[in-house]
Amino acid sequence: MRALLAAAAAALGLTSLAAHAVHAATPGAPRLLSQTGLYASPGRVDARHLAYAPQYPLWTDGAAKSRWLHLPAGATAASIASIDGRDEDAWVFPVGTKAWKEFRFQGRKVETRLLWKTGPSSWIFASYAWNEAQTDAVLVPESGAAEAAEVAPGRGHSIPSRTDCRTCHGEGRQTELLGFNALQLSPDRDPGALHGEPWRPGMTGLGDLVARGLLRGARRDLLTRPPRIQAEQPTTRSALGYLAANCASCHRGDRPLPGLDLDFRHTSRIAREADEPGLRTTLGRPSLFQPPGLSSSLRLAPGQPDRSALLQRMASRRPASQMPPLGSALVDEAAVTHLRQWIAALPMTPSH
Amino acid sequence: MSLSLTLTLSLARPFLLSLLGLSLVQAGTPGQSVIQRGAYLVQVGGCNDCHTPLKMGPKGPEPDMARMLSGHPEALKMPPAPQLPEGPWMISMAATATAFAGPWGVSHAANLTPDKETGLGGWTEAQFLQMVRSGRHLGQGRPVLPPMPVQNLRAATEADLKAIFAYLKSVPAISNRVPAAVEPVAAH
Repeated sequence: MRALLAAAAAALGLTSLAAHAVHAATPGAPRLLSQTGLYASPGRVDARHLAYAPQYPLWTDGAAKSRWLHLPAGATAASIASIDGRDEDAWVFPVGTKAWKEFRFQGRKVETRLLWKTGPSSWIFASYAWNEAQTDAVLVPESGAAEAAEVAPGRGHSIPSRTDCRTCHGEGRQTELLGFNALQLSPDRDPGALHGEPWRPGMTGLGDLVARGLLRGARRDLLTRPPRIQAEQPTTRSALGYLAANCASCHRGDRPLPGLDLDFRHTSRIAREADEPGLRTTLGRPSLFQPPGLSSSLRLAPGQPDRSALLQRMASRRPASQMPPLGSALVDEAAVTHLRQWIAALPMTPSH
Repeated sequence: MSLSLTLTLSLARPFLLSLLGLSLVQAGTPGQSVIQRGAYLVQVGGCNDCHTPLKMGPKGPEPDMARMLSGHPEALKMPPAPQLPEGPWMISMAATATAFAGPWGVSHAANLTPDKETGLGGWTEAQFLQMVRSGRHLGQGRPVLPPMPVQNLRAATEADLKAIFAYLKSVPAISNRVPAAVEPVAAH
């Protein structure tokens, strides 16, 4: 009976599933953020790190974010190891790469996450919770930390468990830095990107990486024909970009979830709108999800937002239906409004 | 038999099955194959209790072994769950013991047979392990819902989980698309 109640509590979002996880402590992650190499001196980020801003940010309850990448030393002391960009859709980072992401709510630093490549197929995942004085952040347990910051009355932002880190970023050789890839750093930035952050001088991007020799093996026309969501309308471009950033870490053609055939991942092989998987695997396709009051739904029902399971699940933060299923406690209302309008304007008989 | 039963029957079911003398597989012994080990674990873990539908037999409800481990029957469309009065009763259960209504909504036992389209046929061992370790639907989605005791299964060793998966891949495939979970009425 206790097991049943524990399962019920987890399903209702009352406790973290991962709180019961059986895992050893994270090996090798320093106890303090200040010990990870992010800062050159207290409060001052090492200027050698590459600051960046993906063009399609992940929604995290409206958090303001800063991001940095560290590439290790190269073959000579004066050089920096480069990223293997031969596969445009799966860059391979040198061992020693570190990526940090800082999350702020109401102007206060709440957490900083670290992904650290320690071997050809091994990464350390670590999350650090900032102290009250905002002077340093402490490694949180494997199970994460609930209610790290209030993001709305009665709603708390939780620092994900290590299991949840791997759910989105993958494991071993398949581990990905989701915001640091060719599409996210493309110079052809989407002006309509939802919650898009301005590219600021000093930030890195594809052009900078190529110019400094930090990306090797990329196609010759990477900068003259930069990565871009293939869409005829700006609203479609920003909608698909949003879905790629927020949904494609799980729903992706190269690692399909069993029986779903649902894919939001833009790849370099896509040359026209009809091939964008965010349309190809959703438009007019039946959904198993049953929206309230309806007997059936489609993943994306052109002209009918209320029959579109995709939108219904984006607009939910109920444990059984919310999408994405982790990482946020609040609905991204701006995205729901944008996608509602986009779906409503889609032709009832799609041309795809 | 009414469509809904109470939790009491659910909890008593393994005991009832043992009274009926039902043994789905013989217990394994050290040195036997991985599949036999998996069969043993599936039996003692009570997986059939929810994942094999009950049917009415001459002596009362009995597991329908023609649908072994195939989950909630696709053809059995459940009406809205009964609204229980205020009080200590919390959960309702379908007569098949494959659908459950409680504070989390309505959950349906999954098809664990190796059917390619509707069961575990398309799953990899890694995905199965990820589902157990994460406690998430398909290893990445919503929480696995009650009464599935995934928090207990997580304590199993990797070898045991692999054995369970190997056994489930070996049973007869049954095409049966289990309906998606339904949210609680109060959440709408």
